[in-house]
Amino acid sequence: MTKKTKKKVHLTLTVNGEEQEVAFAPHKTLLEVLREDMNLTGTKHGCELGECGTCTVLVDGRPVLSCLALGLDGEGKEITTVEGMDDKGRLHPLQDAFADLGAAQCGYCTPGFLLTAMALLEKNKKPTCQQMKEALSGNLCRCTGYIKIYEAIELAAARMRGVKAEIRQESIYGEE
Amino acid sequence: MARKNPYKTIGTPVRRIDGRSKVTGQTKFADDLVLPRMLFCKLLRSPVSHATITSVDISKALAYPGVKAVLTGRDLPVPFGILPVSQDEHSLCLDKVRFAGDPVAAVAAIDEETAFEALDLIKVEYGKLKEIDSMFTAADTAEPRIHDYGDIGNTHKLVALEFGEMEKGFAEADHIREDLFFFEGNTHLPMEQHAALAFFDPDGKLTIWSSTQTPHYLHRALAKVLAPLAASHIRVIATPNGGGFGGKSDPFNHEIVVSKLAMVTGRPVKICLTREEVFYCHRGRHPVLMKSKIGVKKDGSITALDFESYLDGGGYGSYGVASTYYTGALQTVTYKVPNYKFNGARFFTNKPPCGPKRGHGTPQPRFALEVQLDKIATDLKLDPAELRLRTLHPPNSLTANYLKVGTIGLGECIKKVVAGSNWREKYGKLPLGKGVGIACSSYLCGAGLPIYWNNMPQTGVQLKLDRSGGVAVFCGETEIGQGSDTVLPMVVAEILGIDTYDIRVCVADTDLTPVDLGSYSSRVTLMMGNAAIQAAERAKELISKAVGEKLAVPASQLAFADRRVFNVSKPEQGMSFAEAVVCAEAKFGTLGTTGSYSPPISHGKFKGAGVGPSAAYSYSACVVEVDVNPATGIVVVDKVWMAHDVGRSINPTLVMGQVEGSIYMGLGEALMEEMAYRNNVGVVHKFPSMLEYKSPTTLEMPECVTYLVEDPDPNGPFGAKEVGQGPLLPIMPAVANAVFDAVGVRVDEIPVTPEKVLKALKLKAKGKEPRVGPTRLPTVVWPEPIRVATPWQGGDGKALSGEEKRRHALPTPR
Amino acid sequence: MMRLPKFTYLQPRSIGEAVKMISDAGPTAMFVSGGTDLYPNMKRRQQVPKTVIGLGRVRDLSRKRGSPAEGVVLGAGMTLTRVCEDKAMKAAYPALATAAGLIATPLIRNMGTIGGNLLLDTRCNYYDQNYEWRKSINFCMKKDGDICWVAPSSPRCWAVQSSDCVPVVVAIGAKVKLVSRDGERLIEAKDLYNDDGIEYLRKRPDELLTEIHLPAVNGWKAAFAKLRRRGSFDFPVLNCAAWVKLAGTTVTEARIIIGAVGSHPIEAVEAAKLLIGKPLTDEQIKAAGDAAFAPAKPLDNTDFMMGWRKEMVRHYVGLALREVRDGRMPSTFKV
Repeated sequence: MTKKTKKKVHLTLTVNGEEQEVAFAPHKTLLEVLREDMNLTGTKHGCELGECGTCTVLVDGRPVLSCLALGLDGEGKEITTVEGMDDKGRLHPLQDAFADLGAAQCGYCTPGFLLTAMALLEKNKKPTCQQMKEALSGNLCRCTGYIKIYEAIELAAARMRGVKAEIRQESIYGEE
Repeated sequence: MARKNPYKTIGTPVRRIDGRSKVTGQTKFADDLVLPRMLFCKLLRSPVSHATITSVDISKALAYPGVKAVLTGRDLPVPFGILPVSQDEHSLCLDKVRFAGDPVAAVAAIDEETAFEALDLIKVEYGKLKEIDSMFTAADTAEPRIHDYGDIGNTHKLVALEFGEMEKGFAEADHIREDLFFFEGNTHLPMEQHAALAFFDPDGKLTIWSSTQTPHYLHRALAKVLAPLAASHIRVIATPNGGGFGGKSDPFNHEIVVSKLAMVTGRPVKICLTREEVFYCHRGRHPVLMKSKIGVKKDGSITALDFESYLDGGGYGSYGVASTYYTGALQTVTYKVPNYKFNGARFFTNKPPCGPKRGHGTPQPRFALEVQLDKIATDLKLDPAELRLRTLHPPNSLTANYLKVGTIGLGECIKKVVAGSNWREKYGKLPLGKGVGIACSSYLCGAGLPIYWNNMPQTGVQLKLDRSGGVAVFCGETEIGQGSDTVLPMVVAEILGIDTYDIRVCVADTDLTPVDLGSYSSRVTLMMGNAAIQAAERAKELISKAVGEKLAVPASQLAFADRRVFNVSKPEQGMSFAEAVVCAEAKFGTLGTTGSYSPPISHGKFKGAGVGPSAAYSYSACVVEVDVNPATGIVVVDKVWMAHDVGRSINPTLVMGQVEGSIYMGLGEALMEEMAYRNNVGVVHKFPSMLEYKSPTTLEMPECVTYLVEDPDPNGPFGAKEVGQGPLLPIMPAVANAVFDAVGVRVDEIPVTPEKVLKALKLKAKGKEPRVGPTRLPTVVWPEPIRVATPWQGGDGKALSGEEKRRHALPTPR
Repeated sequence: MMRLPKFTYLQPRSIGEAVKMISDAGPTAMFVSGGTDLYPNMKRRQQVPKTVIGLGRVRDLSRKRGSPAEGVVLGAGMTLTRVCEDKAMKAAYPALATAAGLIATPLIRNMGTIGGNLLLDTRCNYYDQNYEWRKSINFCMKKDGDICWVAPSSPRCWAVQSSDCVPVVVAIGAKVKLVSRDGERLIEAKDLYNDDGIEYLRKRPDELLTEIHLPAVNGWKAAFAKLRRRGSFDFPVLNCAAWVKLAGTTVTEARIIIGAVGSHPIEAVEAAKLLIGKPLTDEQIKAAGDAAFAPAKPLDNTDFMMGWRKEMVRHYVGLALREVRDGRMPSTFKV
């Protein structure tokens, strides 16, 4: 029995192409609503202050920090989380490439990187390494050193362009 | 590029088995777990760095609507700690607090916000004590003591070891240098904050899911603190870690607290630390001051090395005693050191406790040694790469401190990076502002001894074979991103001739899996790998017997490949693996095999010999090319060449990932990572945030060229050695050495920041010694060293008795 | 997890609605645009408004109009990404586009707005900390305490102006429009800022910043340089905007604004004066850089040592001036 009256807001959010009615406390961030009220725990959190990029989701196709967005402001927008990247279980080429190349090690920063990369490839089908670095400069990773991430994006981008692309042997085995 | 690989699975870039789960967001990390009626825990932490706790009033917090329980130190009076010799932590501080951030009370409430609001209602009265902000203050402050134990005053531990004849060694030298170095403390900064969920079921059994690297050690700590709850009624499940790097290998306050709260409330209790709290958990790299005195011959070969290290340990012991020994252990495994002396001191200070971070106590002395050798090279006008090549430790031999070096591919590593980087055309020859630096290192493949004394294996693997042809493999190992969950089935798949994906991996569950000591010390590939080989070979033996009988083929003629078991000389004579299992189960009954592993007995028998030995050592060499702006001091790393002697790559993709990740973390340490504290408003962390604790972004990571050198080690599974820590170590000294090559100044400190470089440049311009670095050491009264005769003196690894010291005509102690 | 405190959230759809809401709600209300400055501060309890008025649905705030020939008007609600990627902006107002593009990270730029950046809260190592940390040091003058820890005997707060767009808009002579229930006013950007860490804006809390009026491009050039530890995330420890009017090769007018070395953007008056009537040579640029050293007074409340930051003023003023002259950053400028 609580002294405080808690009023939840009740609205419809469109997440990964699906409309869902959700009720949540109005001061909750989109990160908290996704994880705690919609059971979509694929979006992670590393700091909740906008200092690491781990919580990245797409809102109307643009990568933003879900820890600094209100759940309320998600109304009327198309929200994409990592759970929405695959197509009926068929992995997005980025997901395949990240998994195959070891661009995901502990995997905790991975959803944020995947979505930022997906948004990049929407705008730029053949990004240079420098362009990738700049687009991903707001996502921190402590495991990979980023190198396999660029290689995975490059591979996925090529496949998405319909080019037959192979992983460089040196990426896997090192230089001779 | 033809790659000779005698194996079908080992050495191939199999997709990591948790890869797809991670890229779809399905992997459940600890904070992703939810149980019905779950409560949330928040910890109240001390705002002061050193104080007695005079009183704690939790009444208002208990009465706050939504709060279900409040705990204080009295509720968990049994101390714990990772090392048996430093059981100095309480789940919630009992009588005193030892750093700003030390947990004092805990609240369990219906949601996190309520718990947070209730914290403000807890009134704690503190009796402030003198704050000990540095190792200098600790060395000079006998009272008040931060802890009631320790060698003397606030000096936690003093180590003094001597191998060989130091006076003679220095007398033989053509050139002697003495240098001071400092390596600032830094932290792991895993992307995932620590989190744990505890559940106490109606039968009185506790389960805790936690982001921990060491479920077995957590299990032991829980059993100790929560007694009389039996250890067999406690289950620890390590969830996949979102990064560990050593920061999640202590048993932690919050893990024990949520367990107790679950017992007290009868409901599941979860905690997830904020990023700031992760800084207070810390257990990161010790700040270390070092004095190194080295004697060398004209060709750079070492005649004697006298090394002193001073560690700032923070408020608790953690792994610190081991860390102290580690700062003196591995100096001898790269270059031959015929006479070696090591003095180490660890101090308690009122800051978050330091512990193991990737490299555990070895990066700091490695920095000192590699920079000092660079200075030697300059003094003697030698090429630093040549100097190292000439003085490599021979393979299959003992070091002065009784570490057994097996394979050592370091020479090959040096040659690769020298050639790849065009070292000869660059070193000493690039224009002002551009420079190259070289450094080498080594790391062990699992500590020779476990954290607590016992005669049991360090790791165990169990196999269950199913009639469907699937295999389940059980091991206590923990996936922290390094890929151990993938190495395990790859080993089994190789031996049984099946696909990695046919194998169900069951890990890190103290109820279900045999003990593995944990993912620390780079032990898992070597130890778990060897245990898995044993378990799989035993399964293969059973199957071979049954199938051999069935087919009338000698068991030794049977091959296991492509999910079949068949006659090597007549491949069409065989059966599927599934059929083979059925055959074996019919003959032997339910099938199950085990394998276990313990490292070889160490050769050193003196006190302290337990830290350093390992079944094998990996080796790394790197060249770093930098661009230093002489006007600003800003250092940019343009390129890194890294060669790592891995023995054999079990999975090259995973190996490359570890090398690249190690380079990244090394660069962070070299240039910008610092655990900084202020003492003008009390001793507090200067900025416990991911914004202000600088870790490199994509824009700071340079191009990297990696060479993997494979010189299979007989002690490694398929010859494999470690790769998770080794390649980090040479980066920091290589950067410092490169800065010297670029602008002619020495920064004898990590991190190498623009302010320090510019300061050194200004000194140079004034004609003063162009060096920035430490100039003084804490005052320590060293104990009498334990003296050990070196192997080449005919020593047996034991400490010399008084009589033996006289016989060896060793000099009288200073 | 760090969580926001409870608050009432209002979502006006027009400027008129927004200013009425804040007037009605009173002093415990604040506007929020991208949320990238306010929400972290709220999670750390540095700012705890009871009512937050979100401007995301006020479309009028995101409009851009005008032309470089007559002057461009930017809606305060334009995201930093829009400002830095807009082709017309990059061509005509490259200093502002560069400054906006160097802020934080691409993710934050997708959310943060130029108006929000112009009003960015001042920053300090003692202030930008979590609630419990600040409580343990008895808070500070800027929030809940009495002492400015970076200058304990000072009667004023020394929190640092940390925006990247501010020095540029001040240097180029932009104007800003402030709207309230009582009317509107258009003021010089430089008049918006005050030399105090707490009262750092000359704007009433109930006034809404709606537009930034960029001057017509008619013979002047400007450039921006930023110093920070890493290539992204970090706030400036020093930045500089240089604005120069040239007649042929001779400088007729100049303004040099240094940021992140005080509570307000600092005009290096003597440094700019030095340049007048002469060509913009390397010697002149060095002299200006050296002259800018004196008015820059960084304190020990950001990343890096203050002595080094002050020393860097010479070089970064030089970088900005060289870019004005040569149209590109010198190769030594990497971050």
